[in-house]
Amino acid sequence: MRDLSVNFAGVSFKNPIVVASGTFGFGREYGEYYDLSMLGGICVKGLTLVPRLGNKPPRIAETAMGMLNSVGLQNPGVDSFIEDELPFLRKHDTVVIANISGNTIEEYALMAEKLSEAKVDMLEVNVSCPNVKAGGMQFGTSAQGVASVTQAVKSRASIPVMVKLSPNVTDIAEMAVAAEASGADAVSLINTLLAMRIDTATRKPMLHNNVGGLSGPAIFPVAVRMVWQVASALKIPVLGMGGVMDGDNAIEMMLAGAKLVGVGTACFEDPYAPIGVIDGVGAYMAEYGLSSTDEIVGKVELN
Amino acid sequence: MPDRYLCEVISNETLCDGVFAVAVVCGDLAGEALAGQFVHVKCGDERLLRRPISICCVSGGSLKLVFEVKGKGTSWLSRIKPGETIDILGPLGRGFSLPEGKVALVGGGIGVPPLLFAAELAGGSATSVLGFRSGDRAIMKDAFESACEKVLIATDDGSLGYHGPVTLPLKELLEGEGYGAILACGPRPMLNAVAGLCEQFGVPCQVSLEEKMGCGIGACLVCACATVSGGVKDMSRVCVDGPVFDATEIVWSGWDA
Ligand SMILES: Cc1cc2nc3c(=O)[nH]c(=O)nc-3n(C[C@H](O)[C@H](O)[C@H](O)COP(=O)(O)OP(=O)(O)OC[C@H]3O[C@@H](n4cnc5c(N)ncnc54)[C@H](O)[C@@H]3O)c2cc1C
Ligand SMILES: Cc1cc2nc3c(=O)[nH]c(=O)nc-3n(C[C@H](O)[C@H](O)[C@H](O)COP(=O)(O)O)c2cc1C
Ligand code: FES
Repeated sequence: MRDLSVNFAGVSFKNPIVVASGTFGFGREYGEYYDLSMLGGICVKGLTLVPRLGNKPPRIAETAMGMLNSVGLQNPGVDSFIEDELPFLRKHDTVVIANISGNTIEEYALMAEKLSEAKVDMLEVNVSCPNVKAGGMQFGTSAQGVASVTQAVKSRASIPVMVKLSPNVTDIAEMAVAAEASGADAVSLINTLLAMRIDTATRKPMLHNNVGGLSGPAIFPVAVRMVWQVASALKIPVLGMGGVMDGDNAIEMMLAGAKLVGVGTACFEDPYAPIGVIDGVGAYMAEYGLSSTDEIVGKVELN
Repeated sequence: MPDRYLCEVISNETLCDGVFAVAVVCGDLAGEALAGQFVHVKCGDERLLRRPISICCVSGGSLKLVFEVKGKGTSWLSRIKPGETIDILGPLGRGFSLPEGKVALVGGGIGVPPLLFAAELAGGSATSVLGFRSGDRAIMKDAFESACEKVLIATDDGSLGYHGPVTLPLKELLEGEGYGAILACGPRPMLNAVAGLCEQFGVPCQVSLEEKMGCGIGACLVCACATVSGGVKDMSRVCVDGPVFDATEIVWSGWDA
């Protein structure tokens, strides 16, 4: 019997595929297309302590096999999420992961407390959003910053804590090690790569925010490399994402060391993409006669 | 319910330089679509993002998309041939609502096609006011003439109809008779001007907006548009809260206003 289930930082997932924060809202929209219970887990849109309206449009620019976004953490705030969105998500048999961003370390800690009380399954601590001035990436680009946020969240959370790492650093493994040493139960990577496009006719940046985060197939090889570096350096498990479009991409992430795999931008091309990825992983396991994803995770055979 | 469909192309016609009408078979989609809704079209394998295109009209089990070539995606779509298939998601968004009373449809350029669907639903009683750069770009004139009671045309260069913006004939129209609603689609400055006139004459106005999109279904928040409702400022999603909005909800200038 093929078993796609995964135990990740003490939380059990029915399969290793999780939808990535910010690409799936709070699940309602894609829930019109398929049963959300088919997904391993859902990382919800990035939450902040108070509601945010986000950045001015245009917030998206296409690039070769990828896209830049500068949404800027538009969200209804953590309290509204708990009251209005969480009950809907809870009707589905899938792991709910709350993604949080703070302007200050205390904000992260306060959100961790509220979401622990609300009994979400897991926290994803975003220290890597390239689209807001305060918070986000300012913490994620130094080992000290990562450590401070992780410690503060861990001290107030009663649910597993996963730290979402920024790829916009010289050595991502150093950040991952800092998260692990500060008590993180898992790490996820990668968030978007800081990027820019300029319209040659108007000489204006294509995003109103001038710069934004690059996602989609264009970043896949960078993500695989970073997942491999991080997984090799840590004992805690890794959620790998960045440009995964199909089952084969997900297997590649798993071989590099990801125990769970995130699917984000692919949903924009095809709302059914996460389902296709789950089916693809199952098909690969059948083809190679594998009974558990443990036979894949981290099993890259280096030269 | 909106869904993803692989549709067979039945025709691809050139309407004027750079403007194409592509008809596809899709029974389910055609049966559900409302005037002002759009579909999200996959334009070949090399482009990641889908392109939003309004539904121009439906007939039987098919729907028609009319678009202008702007960049690589629409250029790819303009080369599609009958018998080939395209991957579309739809019908998406909030369309026009047709109220009681007489309706005027105001379109500019490539904003004209989706108004045909509304004209057909109005059962031949609507007035259309259509603006184009020049007479040779006055697409779908015959279709509007057979679907509407009256069609007024304005061109930027004066080569057909009124010489000037659509607000010129629209103002005359509003001075002449009472309208229950104005439904408008076109470039943002035109919509802003039309909304201003409607406010002046106390006529409710619905506008169809454009913004760059990702998911097209309301999940990613990239298609934001500043709105205000009951004095509360918000960022609405053009793909699900629109593309058609009540003109009074739109923050027309100064996002921070
Ligand atoms: C709700 C809605 C309905 C529309 N209906 C029609 C229609 O019926 N006929 C028609 O000709 N055009 C319509 N448009 C505009 C059309 O989507 C763009 O012209 C098209 O996306 C351009 O794609 P491209 O690859 O040719 O251009 P590029 O410039 O190469 O596109 C680059 C990126 O920008 C996006 N983009 C560029 N211009 C626009 C725009 N004006 N609106 C939204 N996204 C844009 C593209 O989708 C793509 O992601 C509509 C737009 C919206 C939002
Ligand atoms: C439109 C958009 C919004 C995003 N918002 C968030 C967010 O709120 N919080 C977060 O941690 N990551 C956010 N991300 C990053 C994704 O979760 C993911 O890390 C990244 O896009 C790489 O994966 P992908 O290539 O599969 O999309 C966002 C990405 C996109 C495209
Ligand atoms: S395009 Fe994703 S929310 Fe509108």
